[in-house]
Amino acid sequence: MSDSAPAPAAPSAPAPTAADEHGRPPFGRAILDAVLEGNSVVVTILAIVTAIVLGGLLIAFTNSTVLHAWGNLFSSPGNAIAQAWDAASGAYVAIFEGAIFNPHTVAALFQQKSMSVALHDGTVSAVFNPLSETAVNATPLILAGLSVAVAFRAGLFNIGGQSQFIGGAMVATWLGFGVSLPPVIHVIVCVLGGFAGGAAMGMLVGLLKARTGAHEVIVTIMANYVMAYLLSYLLSKPSLLEKPGANGNLISPNIASDAHLPLLAGTHLRINAGFLLALACAAGVWWLMSRSTLGFEFRTVGANPNAARSAGMSVPRTWILVMLIAGGLAGLAASTVIQGTDFSLNFQSYGTYGIDAITVALLGRARPGGVVLAALLYGALHAGAPLMQASTQTPVDIVQVIQALIVMFVAAPPLIRALYRLRAARAGGTGQVLSKGWNA
Amino acid sequence: MTTLAATGRIPLSVSRRFLAPATLLVLGLVDILVFGKYAHHGDATFAFSQPFAKVTVPNLKVPAAETAYALGAATIVLAALRVMDLGKVVRRLSIGLALAFFVIALLCWAYGGSVNSFNVINQFQGTLADSIPLILGALAGCLCERSGVINIAIEGQLLIGAFAGAIFASAFGVLWLGLIAGSLAGGLIGLLLGVFAITYLVDQIILGVVLNVFVSGLTGYLYDKVLIPYSNTLNSPSTYLPIKIPLLGDIPIIGPVFFDSTLFLYITYVLIVAVQVGLFSTRWGLRVRAVGEHPAAADTVGISVKLTRYRNVILAGLVAGIGGAFLTIGSVGSFGKDMSSGKGYIALAAMIFGRWTPLGGVGAALLFGFTFELQSILSTVNVPVPSDFLLMVPYVATIIAVAGLVGQVRAPAADGQPYITS
Repeated sequence: MSDSAPAPAAPSAPAPTAADEHGRPPFGRAILDAVLEGNSVVVTILAIVTAIVLGGLLIAFTNSTVLHAWGNLFSSPGNAIAQAWDAASGAYVAIFEGAIFNPHTVAALFQQKSMSVALHDGTVSAVFNPLSETAVNATPLILAGLSVAVAFRAGLFNIGGQSQFIGGAMVATWLGFGVSLPPVIHVIVCVLGGFAGGAAMGMLVGLLKARTGAHEVIVTIMANYVMAYLLSYLLSKPSLLEKPGANGNLISPNIASDAHLPLLAGTHLRINAGFLLALACAAGVWWLMSRSTLGFEFRTVGANPNAARSAGMSVPRTWILVMLIAGGLAGLAASTVIQGTDFSLNFQSYGTYGIDAITVALLGRARPGGVVLAALLYGALHAGAPLMQASTQTPVDIVQVIQALIVMFVAAPPLIRALYRLRAARAGGTGQVLSKGWNA
Repeated sequence: MTTLAATGRIPLSVSRRFLAPATLLVLGLVDILVFGKYAHHGDATFAFSQPFAKVTVPNLKVPAAETAYALGAATIVLAALRVMDLGKVVRRLSIGLALAFFVIALLCWAYGGSVNSFNVINQFQGTLADSIPLILGALAGCLCERSGVINIAIEGQLLIGAFAGAIFASAFGVLWLGLIAGSLAGGLIGLLLGVFAITYLVDQIILGVVLNVFVSGLTGYLYDKVLIPYSNTLNSPSTYLPIKIPLLGDIPIIGPVFFDSTLFLYITYVLIVAVQVGLFSTRWGLRVRAVGEHPAAADTVGISVKLTRYRNVILAGLVAGIGGAFLTIGSVGSFGKDMSSGKGYIALAAMIFGRWTPLGGVGAALLFGFTFELQSILSTVNVPVPSDFLLMVPYVATIIAVAGLVGQVRAPAADGQPYITS
């Protein structure tokens, strides 16, 4: 509510102006503007659609049946287009079935004698398995995405998700198999250990930037490789992290079962408390960034370090703290993978989380809510990809292509506007220039 | 000016002044207390010629432990000289010498009392071969960043160059087509980088990372979908054979290292000279650097900032693409998923380590190539040197460099900032 103007004497009927008392245009007008000008939500959706269409074209035109049909384009054009559509839609339907809902599982459910039988033999679980897999895949993406997002809001670019993930994974794994603790405490200690391991890596980056001015992008890229080699070294030493008798397989012992994150929906589904942890962290990050003094400092430093300094904030201290939190979140991502699904650490446990996190944070526009949605989208793509490969012989790498395309389009709103003939935004718009370069 | 303050650069502190001598001291102590003390009794043998060479150079045998002790002592002397701060030459020289001593001491320890000898020629030949993609990547980085566009997409340019090189050389059975296709494919990624960075003002760091993901996904997808089913026709190119340059190639030691290699090494020589001379001794280079340092000033005197940047970004892609083609048709032949395996990031590191200069980048690339080759040679003789630590060297060295422990590293002033006229 605006409290600036004195209350009008007689608020009889609202004047037919374009703006209400909040200074906003009416709802209908706002929607229209959003669609015509392409506000961030519209641009994001169009970016996703464009990427999916391009991915579909790639799927269609690398399919030999489709290419053959297009060879006869002029004799049977309908067939050519139908074949292309079938190839692309088949792959996407398979992703949908693997990630959200598979009708076959419901059919199987109805063939069961009774509900209780279905509950016991896992046919009910099978219905929810795709969603569970999406949540499981999204969990580390949410946490790692938050890591990048927090740093981003403070004007830092955290490409070091991988190194922080490895740092967290090492500590969480070691605490998981090397220490024996009572059940509940063990889980908590391991999760905290994951946070600490990632936070230490992140803080190192922040310290280097604060003390020496070393650009965090360069340091984090290099740290990713240093940590990857350190991990493979530690996994090759039985006295450190190697599983006894692993014979150079570069894998750690399994963590104790009381260090596992508890499952949420029975033993048939992999969804576990890590997902709740990730959502809680998203809420926590929202509170931190939007409601706390510290978050205000983070955002101020991100928006304008000089203004922050003039206002008496310590920029170097902020950098260190931001990277500590960002690293910790990436470390938590490792915790959810080690304690939630993998239960041991190998030399490739870090996967592509570091890079995926960047795409998640960008698609989510560095806002906690956006990060969760983006992570769910990518989680769904990752969850559905194996089924797509199995049923349509479409390599899972297509997911990576779509992921990259989405981010490229999201990052270039003018391109999307030009593609869809949207009007240029009237004021401000979404074409924010984030680039500051090496010297900033 | 304000950005300088924002980076929080602090003048050299007392602790920092003693950091370099302390590092040297540690290196010297490791030479003595680890390599000297734990070396096996006997000699370490260094070979300087390959089997069947026309002119052979006798092997060098040195007592392992004693040599390591002597080198360690020399390093400690260097540390002392460094404390006295005798000027730039001593500063530069001391680090280089200490590293060289360290490597020799390491080899003495590894080969002391062994029947095997360490072949210096193989080491340097391998170093050059390993360095080709790094050098070309670093040159690409220089070309791009000197004009003010950050190029993290070197990794993607190498990967797509390797991919296109293998396919074209294999499908048409003509090697030079592969070379050209690899180069053009790299240039295409450069064009993409240009369109998004220069025209659509996308953050260049994000863009580079995303382009790498894109190329990795695209080549991985096509590899599974197309190259595996048709591997006989599409993914089995022949490779370039070494060409020995007459006369020069017969010089002992130098000949086999520098003048007996594939076409790629010679192209690399040409490009090193071309980029260095081009950027620093021609009108074109002056303009490029002006655009990278102060685009507004360059624009004022009539240089087209966007055109210059586009040209350089594409040029950089073409150069990196050649480096990518080397990975397939210059060495192993067939393409493999993600076969650039971080070489683009090392090239980026080399460029930064070389302070955004072509020659500096080449030096750093050679240094990094040296450590890789050393690692692969040492891993074959089963020496208890943890190879993971040798592989870390380029990355750790770069962190140390950007942290300003070996002098300040500065990017071109306008690097990464889109130029917007309104």
